[in-house]
Formats: sequence, structure tokens, C-alpha cells
Amino acid sequence: MSASDYESVIGLEVHAQLLTRSKIFCGCSTQFGAPPNHNTCPVCLGLPGVLPVLNKRVVEFAVRAGLALGCSIRKTSVWSRKNYFYPDLPKGYQITQYDLPICERGRLTIDLDGKAKEIRITRIHMEEDAGKSVHDPSGGESLVDLNRAGVPLLEIVSEPDIRSSEEAAEYLKTLREVLVYLGINDGNMEEGSFRCDANVSVRRKGAKELGQRTELKNMNSFRFVRQAIDYEIARQIALVESGGKVVQETRLWDTQRNVSRPMRSKEDAHDYRYFPEPDLPALHVADALIEEVRKSLPELPKAKAQRFQSQYGLAAYDVKILCADPLLADFFESAARGYSDYKKLSNWFTGELLRLLNEEGGSISTLKFPASQLAALLATVDKGEISASAGKDVLGEMFRSGKDPAAIIAAKGLGQVSDAAVIENAVNEVIAKNPSEVEKYRAGKKQVFGFFVGQVMKAMKGKGNPGLINDFLRKKLG
Amino acid sequence: MALSLEEVRHVASLARLSLSAEEEERYRHQLSAILEAMEQLKAVNTDQVEPTSHAIAVEGMLREDVVVPSMDPEKALANAPARVGTSFAVPKIIE
Amino acid sequence: MTPELLNLSMLELSTKLARRETSSVEVVRACLGRIEQVDGKVKAFLRVDAKGALAAAESSDARRKSNAALGPLDGIPVGLKDLFLTEGVETTAGSKILAGFIPPYDATAVELLKGAGLPIIGKTNQDEFAMGSSTESSGFFPTHNPWDLSRTPGGSSGGSAAAVSCREIFGALGTDTGGSIRQPAAMTNTVGLKPTYGRVSRFGVIAYASSLDQVSPITRTVRDAAALLQTIAVHDPRDSTSSAAPAPDYLAEIEGGVAGMKLGVPREYFTEGIDPEVERAVRSAASELEKLGAKVVEVSLPHTRYALATYYLIAPAEASSNLARYDGARYGLRAQGAKGLREMYSQTRAAGFGPEVKRRIMLGTYALSAGYYDAYYLKAQKIRTLIRQDFLEAFKDVDAVLSPTSPVTAFKLGEKLDDPLAMYLVDVFTLPCNLAGLPGMSIPCGFSAAGLPIGLQILGRHFDEARLLRIARAFEREHDFIRRAPPV
Repeated sequence: MSASDYESVIGLEVHAQLLTRSKIFCGCSTQFGAPPNHNTCPVCLGLPGVLPVLNKRVVEFAVRAGLALGCSIRKTSVWSRKNYFYPDLPKGYQITQYDLPICERGRLTIDLDGKAKEIRITRIHMEEDAGKSVHDPSGGESLVDLNRAGVPLLEIVSEPDIRSSEEAAEYLKTLREVLVYLGINDGNMEEGSFRCDANVSVRRKGAKELGQRTELKNMNSFRFVRQAIDYEIARQIALVESGGKVVQETRLWDTQRNVSRPMRSKEDAHDYRYFPEPDLPALHVADALIEEVRKSLPELPKAKAQRFQSQYGLAAYDVKILCADPLLADFFESAARGYSDYKKLSNWFTGELLRLLNEEGGSISTLKFPASQLAALLATVDKGEISASAGKDVLGEMFRSGKDPAAIIAAKGLGQVSDAAVIENAVNEVIAKNPSEVEKYRAGKKQVFGFFVGQVMKAMKGKGNPGLINDFLRKKLG
Repeated sequence: MALSLEEVRHVASLARLSLSAEEEERYRHQLSAILEAMEQLKAVNTDQVEPTSHAIAVEGMLREDVVVPSMDPEKALANAPARVGTSFAVPKIIE
Repeated sequence: MTPELLNLSMLELSTKLARRETSSVEVVRACLGRIEQVDGKVKAFLRVDAKGALAAAESSDARRKSNAALGPLDGIPVGLKDLFLTEGVETTAGSKILAGFIPPYDATAVELLKGAGLPIIGKTNQDEFAMGSSTESSGFFPTHNPWDLSRTPGGSSGGSAAAVSCREIFGALGTDTGGSIRQPAAMTNTVGLKPTYGRVSRFGVIAYASSLDQVSPITRTVRDAAALLQTIAVHDPRDSTSSAAPAPDYLAEIEGGVAGMKLGVPREYFTEGIDPEVERAVRSAASELEKLGAKVVEVSLPHTRYALATYYLIAPAEASSNLARYDGARYGLRAQGAKGLREMYSQTRAAGFGPEVKRRIMLGTYALSAGYYDAYYLKAQKIRTLIRQDFLEAFKDVDAVLSPTSPVTAFKLGEKLDDPLAMYLVDVFTLPCNLAGLPGMSIPCGFSAAGLPIGLQILGRHFDEARLLRIARAFEREHDFIRRAPPV
């Protein structure tokens, strides 16, 4: 038996932090980066006597995700307590949804090598995040920061429809894109606002029963996800081939050694003793809310990409870049309202604009100039008023100062001269001043042409429209 | 008896309660007696009955997504048995 | 000897204060003096906040002097069961695991009392985390019944009941999860009122069993109970189980009498095991109410006998979860010298919790654990539905239900400590209404030959506290039980 006789069966669980301003059960800020325990209150600290009150925006976001992923929204869903002891879990239980989650039975279509595959989504539910526990390297202590305790999470669970690490990575990319598009998650895997765990098992091809699965954690990039899953599949196959049995356990991906290791201190299998949360009544979601959310759903990534291709006639490669960030796509469309050479516009986006953002920092939302001014700049270049390379300089200045292109062009004296009479005059003068060079050119030394171009440019202080200069020179030199 | 010593130890472990041998035996007796008294519940037919998790049905109270100033971290830590800076300090997990 | 002042009811005192015949400071001093005189024997208080109480009394007197509009209870000193978080004042829930815990915030009910101008004399003793029926499970010391110091005052709000009963304070707040205010009221000749679930905010009240706990006033008279309830029956946006329905004026029709009302006496509440003197007193009370114009009929609440088992599965299950936060990590006791986190948790909780709390945590953990959830916890929640349905069915016919509050009068300290089940049985009549979320009151209805108080329990429909108060007042008017003071 070889690896190709086996099939791998993978299910993914994603925990996505929601972009609400305040926590799920209290009014503390969800903002990342505050010093330890500066975003806490009696409720999220789990002090005696506190009670949870639900943030309505969390429900809206959950419904938004559910609708975008084709789920049915449960009109009545229930909160549960998941009980276990850990320093980052201040109440000694997590408030989550166990039996009756808010969304069920959805789907996400992924594209792999041009082929579409539908991955079913089992359920989506809301829950609270735990705090952070950091091991103090110097002492024998752990330091607990509860800023993150109570930040709202959506848990999105897929059916085990995934069959390879590539599919897994593609599912995660696609899901992340949807959540970012919906404005409910920032998609950041490194910082932990978009986390994923994988359930992996193997079985002989054609077998109906599922093999024993293990849970994989600590994969905070797509690359790690693929590596970890591939490693685990290979490990399980090797184990089964040698007569061993896969044990149900949680394994952590070790990014240093590129192996998965069983999580220690898993003593007794967790008995979470789920029961309905008595401090929160059942959640009723009104039809009116569902309709309101449905109407406000933004255009989703796939639909947008398809539309960009057909509406703007752009290649798939360009569309992928433009649509990766919904704000970038919006900015493009804004600019496109004032400028109709979409291919050229796209080149300026994928070329200059993204370069500036990468090199000098910032994001579309912090751009200092509106899309209309970018359109105006391109029109100016098309008209020949400035050269394309001058145009790049102007864009850089717009990026840094927010001044409008006309002002920048005037201030820098970048205006390209395209007045035919002026250029013809300058050309005539240079020809008149350099008779011996004219002789040489006409005698066959074609490389002298460059000398004339340079001289005309010098006379025009670099502002001559190169195209026109070339035309006139050729006409007059013969 | 309703509960075995193993079960008492398991429950005490889940509940993070360390018990002496004498306590284990004492609680085993007492809890078994209590659980035996619970057996009478089996006699009640509850096939068509919904469980009550909330005594009174209160219509969902929801908060607006507005940030409310957090508590001064010094207050948050005022009762902490141990702290480092503004973090709570707890013993490490021993593997 | 008790100064006459201290024998007044809250509302009588209110009149005296309005007439400037006394001042809040004078009253607080009288309370403090009384505590000094008797609390060494009664041990109702865990801590007395003389400074805070006097400051609040001074503010009250200043308000009165400036002719500001005052609430009816402004300046009248009360006590709080140590389950209520009081900002800056140690709060322990009667447990060593919270010894030294100084809360950074006030419970909503406390905010409301302070806002209404009531000085808070101190925190009263209780069974640890409200688990118990005699206050003997306090992590610190037991409270003694002022009517007979060798007996318990009942529990878990025994400290509040004893303090009100022996005139150390004029009223108090406790909590009632399975009878914890009604039963001690019955044992101390006081009035205990458990409101409908959701009537009073639980925010800032240390949780025992979240779906059963309710903040409850305890006073010496029925009208006082109405006035104290009025102060705290306010919707709280910090408590998702808090009712949004506004509270009526509880005093408006309290003297209206019982003519035209139909009262039910459940046959299942008069079982063997009731003290015959208790039964006699309660049946006599029922006949009196009949003479006062009510119709009294027998009703049936068929699932009553399952209430004890149901309660002792649900309450410990919720408690096992609510008490998980007491782990030595962020507040309260932390065991020293533990090797690692897990040992720290286990040793802290072993040292900090008393036997009754440990028993209930383990019982609750077991009832929720894998493999047992359906047979125990879920089963109990279903029977709870049936118990509730029993009441709703009965209330189609009657307006309120009468019963003994407790099957026995105050028992001796130590008498039931060796047998947890025997202790649990004391609550058989009070448990069912908590399971159904219904309001219930206990009022004095007589004394045993040994001079021990007997309580009459009145149970009503959801949010029908006004009717309960009216029935209670009609009965109270005909007697002078409330004027009798304990011998201490």
C-alpha cells in the first residue's frame, strides 16, 4: 500500500474575531494592543456578581456571515456554558452556543486549478474569546492579560469535505476574503484575529467509514496550514501502514521543527459539561433583522471579480489584485467613473499605487487624495501635458501631501510642452546651431539622432513632449 | 452505593477540589445517599415535556455596540494575590 | 433593654424622622449600640461599617434639613447579606475563599438603596455562598436565633433575619434561591418576601444558582416589606434576566383586604414530618383568612414531592459552574506553596470552601458530566416544567396558595449537621416556588409552646406581589405577632 491508496478527510474550524467596537457581553473596547488589563471591567474580568449583556452588533454580524455563506438562520438560538479551568478563562466557563447555533447548513465554493468545489458549512455560532496567558521566561509564572477576554468570535465549522492541504488553504483564503468583504473580520492570521484548527483523518480510498481524526492547532499562516496538514496526513498513513492506530488527540504544529506534536497536559479528555446559560435568555432573531441584513450585504468577492472582468474587460490576473481588498476595488471603480481606459487605469493601480502603499505605508482608507484626482492625473498624461514618468512623480506627491495634481504640476513646473509650434521652433534652432551634426546624420550616422533629441530637450529644459520632438526631428533631418 | 471512589475522584478532579482520603470516603457516602434520593425522578414520565432553563421568559435585551470606558487597571488588580505590572501572575502549568 | 426607637417599623420611623422627632444619626447610633449589646451572643454580623453608616446618616439628616424631597425610607438603617457586593467594603459571601475581597463596584440593589438614602449598617452572616438552611455553613461562625440562642435562625440569610428580628437593624436584603429568606423569616418572627424571578436585579449579587436566585427584602412588618421592595424593584440593563415590566405601587392597595379572593391550600404540603404545632397554626391562619372574606379551598400540586430532588440537581449544577471562578487566580484566597497551576487551583478551593459547598459543587459537577446530563440535569429541568405547570393550573382556580413556610420551628445548632439530607428537607415547602419563578412570602402566624416563631407562606402568580402583600397585611392586622420581640 502506498500513500496514493489513501484518502485524507479534512474538516476546518475557523475562529474569527468580529470587528465590533465593544466586547460581546460588556462595553469594553476590542482594540488590539492596549497594555495588559487596560480594556477590562468587572464583567469581562469575571468578578463575583457580574452578568453578561449581549452586543446586538454581534448578532448582526453573525447573520451577515450566515447569509453570505448560504446558511439558514435559526430564529431561536440558545447560549450555553462550556466549563473548564484555565487562567485565561476568568469565569471558569466560556459563554458559547452548543446545541442550537445561530446559523446552519451553508456552503462555500472554492476554485482550485480552474475547478470549482463546494465545501459544506455545518454551522456558525457566536462565542466569547478568552484572554491571553504569557509564560514569563524569567520566573515560574504565567502572566495573564484579560484584554482579549470577551472579544466576540464567530466559529465557522466546515463539514469534512476537504481532501487535501491545497483545498484547505484555498477554503481558508476564500472564507477569509468573504469575511473581510463583509466588514466583520480583518483577516489577520499572524495577529490571531483569524484562526484555524484542522480535523484530519485518513482512510483507504473507497472506504465508507471515517478514520480516527486528530485535531491540529497553531497554524497561523496558510503556509503552515498546508505544511501541517501534509505532515499529519503522512504521519497517519505511515502509522496505519505499520499496523498502528491513530489516537484521538490534539496536536500542535511546531513551526521550528516542522512537525506536529501532541499537546501535553490533556489529562482526562475534556468534559465541558455544557448546559444552557441561565443568565441569557434564548436569542430570537426577527425576520425583519434578517431582511435588513440581507439587503445590506455587500457584493461578495466572486461576484465582484466576475463583474470586473466583464464590465471593465480586465484580465483575471489584474482582477485578482484589484479585488483582493474591497476598498481598493471601490477606489478603482470610483476612478473608473472619471476615466475610461480601464486597462491603463488598472496598470497604474497594480503598478504605481500599490508600490506606493507597500513602500511608504498606509492603506486605501488613509489615502490623502480622492479617486477623481487620480482620474484627472491620468487624463493629463493622456493629453500630453506631462510625461508618464512625470506623472509617476506627481502621484507620489499626491500620496504624500494630498495636494491636487494641477497644483503639483504647476509648483514643480512639470508641465510638458506639447505646443507643436514651440517644439518646431526649438527643433529648427538646434538644427541651425549644429550644421556639422546634421551633415553626419544625413551622411548615415543615425546614432547622432540622440544628440539632437538631447539638445532639443536641453533647450526646452526637459519639458518637451518627446513624441513631438522625435516627429519634427525626423521630418526636418530627413 | 450510587457512587464509586473512582467516580468521586473523577468529579473532584473535574471540579479542582483536592480531597483527603477520609473526605473522599465521607463524600462518597453523602453524595450516594443524595443521589439515591434523586432516583425517584425516574418515575416521572417526561417524554413530551420541554426542559425549563429560564424561569421567566424575558425578551432578549441587547446592548448597542458602544464603547464604555474600562475600569482602571489598578482597580482590576486590587484584589490580585500576585501580579507583575498590570498582569495577573499565576503559577505555571506543570506538565 | 431595647430603646423604644428600635422597636418601630421602618415606616413608623419614617414618620418620626419626617416630624424631626429623631434624626438618622441618632437612629444609626441606636442600632450600633444595640449591636454592641447583643451581637456578641447573636452573631448576626460579619462586619459593621459604623463609619459608612454614620456618614450616610449625616447626609440624610442634611437632606431632611434642607427640605429636599425625600423617599420614604431615607435615613433608615438596613443591613445586607454578605452576598451583595459593596464597593470598598469587604464582601465574602460567608466564605473564607473571599476573605479580604474588596469589591470595586456596588450591586445594583445596593446602588438603589444608597440612592434612596438608606444607611447600610453592615454585612450580615449567611451560609457560605447561600448554600444552607441554618447559617451553620458560614465559613466564619454560626448565627444564633434571638428567640433561643441555642437554635439556628434558619438559612441561608440567617444573619439578616436575626439582625432584623432582634432590632439591630430595621430591615435587610437577603437572597432566596430555595427558601433562603422565607425560611429564616419563619424561624425569627419576621416578614420575608421573595419576589418573582426577574423582579429585582441580580447584578452584583454573588451567584449561587442563577435561574433561581432572587434578591429578597426581610423586615418586621408587611408594609415595610412593600416599601423596601419598591426601592429595589427596578429594571436593570446590566441584568439580562431583569424584567422590563414596571413595578406597581405596592402600598397602594395593601389595606384592601381579602374579600372576594380565593386561596388554595395544597394537600401535598401537609405531609407527615410537619410539626403538629406548625400545622395547627397554619390551618388556623387559613380559617381566619376565610373569616376575613376569602374563600379557602383545597388544591393539588401533584409534583410537589419531586421538588426537592429537582432543586438539588439544578441548583448545585448551576452553582458548580458559578463557583468555578473562585480559583485563587485573580482575587480571594490563594493557597501558598502549590507546585504548579493545577495544584494551586485544587488546594485553594479545598482550603477556601466548606463541606456543604464542596458537596454541592461535586453533586452539580456530577449531574452535568458526560453520561449523566440526561438522567440528572436534563430530567430535573423537565420536572421543573411540570412543577411550574402545577402552579399555573392551580392559579386558574385560586389567586394565591397558603402553606407552612417550614415543616419545623427553629432547630438546635448542630442538630442536622451530620445528615445533609435531613437539612435539605427543611426546605420542602419553599423550594417549589423558586423552581417556578413565582413570588412567595413568609409572615409570622404564631408561636409554638416553646415560644418559637411559626411562619405562614403565601405564594402567588408571577408579578402579583401586590396581592401577596395585601393578603399578608389582612392577616397581620388581626394579630400582634409583629410586636413581640425576642428575649435577647
